[in-house]
Amino acid sequence: MSGGVDSAVAAARAVEAGHEVVGVHLALSRNSGTLRTGSRGCCTIEDSMDAQRAAGVLGIPFYVWDFSDRFKAEVVDDFIAEYSAGRTPNPCMRCNERIKFAALLEKALALGFDAICTGHYAEVLTNADGELELHRSPALAKDQSYVLGVLTTDELARVLFPIGASADKASVRAEAEARGLSVANKPDSYDICFIPEGDTADWLGEKVGIQPGVIEDREGNVVGDHEGAHGFTVGQRRGLHLGRPAADGKPRFVLEVRTKENKVIVGPHDALAIAEFSSERYTWCGAAPKQPTEWFDCLVQIRAHGDALPAMAAVVDGVLTVRLVEPVFGLATGQTAVLYLGTRVLGQFTVDNTVSAVPAGVGAEA
Amino acid sequence: MRGEVRELLLAALAESGNPSSVHGFGQRAKLRLEEARDRIAGALGCDRAEVIFTSGGTEANNLAVFGLFEARNKSGERPIILCLGTEHHAVLEAAEFLESERGAEVHLIPVNTSGQPDLVWLSEALEVFGDRVALVSAILANNETGTVLDISAVTAVCKRLQIPVHSDAVAAVGHCQINFSESGLSTMALTGHKIGGPVGIGALIVGRSVALKQQLRGGSQERNLRPGTQDVAGAEALALAVELSVAELAQNRAHWEALRGRLIAGVVAAVPDAVLVGESADSPVGVRLSNIVDVVFPGCAGDSLLFMLDSAGVAISNGSACSAGVTSASHVLVALGYSNRDAASCVRVSFGRETTGADIDAFLAALPSAHAKAKLAGFTAL
Repeated sequence: MSGGVDSAVAAARAVEAGHEVVGVHLALSRNSGTLRTGSRGCCTIEDSMDAQRAAGVLGIPFYVWDFSDRFKAEVVDDFIAEYSAGRTPNPCMRCNERIKFAALLEKALALGFDAICTGHYAEVLTNADGELELHRSPALAKDQSYVLGVLTTDELARVLFPIGASADKASVRAEAEARGLSVANKPDSYDICFIPEGDTADWLGEKVGIQPGVIEDREGNVVGDHEGAHGFTVGQRRGLHLGRPAADGKPRFVLEVRTKENKVIVGPHDALAIAEFSSERYTWCGAAPKQPTEWFDCLVQIRAHGDALPAMAAVVDGVLTVRLVEPVFGLATGQTAVLYLGTRVLGQFTVDNTVSAVPAGVGAEA
Repeated sequence: MRGEVRELLLAALAESGNPSSVHGFGQRAKLRLEEARDRIAGALGCDRAEVIFTSGGTEANNLAVFGLFEARNKSGERPIILCLGTEHHAVLEAAEFLESERGAEVHLIPVNTSGQPDLVWLSEALEVFGDRVALVSAILANNETGTVLDISAVTAVCKRLQIPVHSDAVAAVGHCQINFSESGLSTMALTGHKIGGPVGIGALIVGRSVALKQQLRGGSQERNLRPGTQDVAGAEALALAVELSVAELAQNRAHWEALRGRLIAGVVAAVPDAVLVGESADSPVGVRLSNIVDVVFPGCAGDSLLFMLDSAGVAISNGSACSAGVTSASHVLVALGYSNRDAASCVRVSFGRETTGADIDAFLAALPSAHAKAKLAGFTAL
């Protein structure tokens, strides 16, 4: 129970369904703030107390379990390391993979619990063959199936998402209100929970150390300078402050962040088009495809709230490879791609390699 | 709260009058307040004027540490504070604040594995520091481990240089014989709710000749040391709780000793690698709290054990919970030399007057399964 409205209502529904429910709040930071600020939705003492109060209203026991060491090592440090390596990680996904549905689940099972129940918006359904499948929530605006793509078949059998089939957030809020849960009107959270003020670039700058470097075009010409490569993301256009315009007069975008050389590479929008991407680091969510080495049609989503893009996928020589029907612009390595079959989550991978839709040289600056 | 105290408190709350008022109601309130002061002084062996009512143990400890420091270190001449690493946070954090914000130098007096201070070290340290020491603080009875200090031995070491010694007696009142006048202490903190009294009332005993700087301003109550309208009903309830706990000390102690023996025997039989804290051979027999058993269960996270036992209807505690509800590794065990992991594997079982042998048996019945599951769950820290 984060202290938010979703987990409070999820707990209420689990109690009502007849489960024996214990509320657990995860302490993810050693020095949590006292009060909630901005749009961070958990991890302050105020949030912990909100969760405890909700548990009290539901009449269930409540405990705070300290996962702060684990969270720092597996999520925060990983986030810094990924950025330092020029990739763009998704810490919420890593938290689901390593903490919520791994460390917490392991502890809970050891202590005699059967399942973990959370307030995520996604559905676990059983198909005609009796296999468990993870599906998008009908509340598409809140759908969190993307960040749950890391769940394995075993984990799907141990999770409950009681509000996953809700039509929208408004109905969940209304239910919280009706149940007398004081968190009913608590604002939604968006920002990364461990970054104060929501300023990722500043926070990373402090963690990895700022080193000025140069911005180059694809031909290796220096076209500007920067105060730290970590502050840039592939596809970014703003904040480049390039001294002279490109020869073709078109705007330039970040194509690549080379952290080892502390260089940012820029180029035209066309050069951002990615047609194919792949990874050795993939997992299936629920049953794997029967013939994963043969190309199959699917949808792929590369951002938490991005569109599902038509594609084909196959495991080629141990590498899960996705070919898009239409190129996508601004996909960075380190991002997570989640494969869907309709509303069903099929699996996920962290993008290791991308193949440009436009071969180098074509459309480059003259 | 004990029944007798609750009844007295309810009756006292029905009385009106501010003891600082000059009219009849005020005078009668003042009389009741001073009677309460007399009774506490009688039970703890101090002068009536030495009892300063506070809102509880935290305030009393803060008043002592800040008040002694400021009175003796007016122009930076005595910046040194010596205390134990096993003190309650009300002392430790007050000292740490003075160090970080007010130029104090805090030195921790080394303790052995059962929490007894190294008096040879203290004696030598005082020789070195000389007249630069503002105060020494030594917790009388430790609320986590049950270790009781020979406080007269501590004050004897400090006497030659006339260094004031403060002691946190919150866990000691009602468990150890206390005679403030004979102890050599300058100040001593106590609180009501640990002895069956109300929450929100406590006292700092301040020796008549002790220089102490007030920390609040706005009134002359409590010898100018603690301004604010006095809580007469609370003071009366505290007095009764102190008197009762002191009067019943021997009887309670015998009861708790029996429970303790039963519990320790059961724990050792169920979990052979359990480590009893503060029970080492060098701890003088008969000078520890009889109502506390502090146990390290290697390989088990304290919060897992607490959860499993709570589910079985047994309420125990581990470490100290911060405001977010996270139980952190006990700083007391770390100060005794235990590893962080062992300090996080510790649970404290404490008894009250109403604890029975059946309660101990319920704990022992729940322990094997709780221990097995907690061990399986292991540590969430890496």
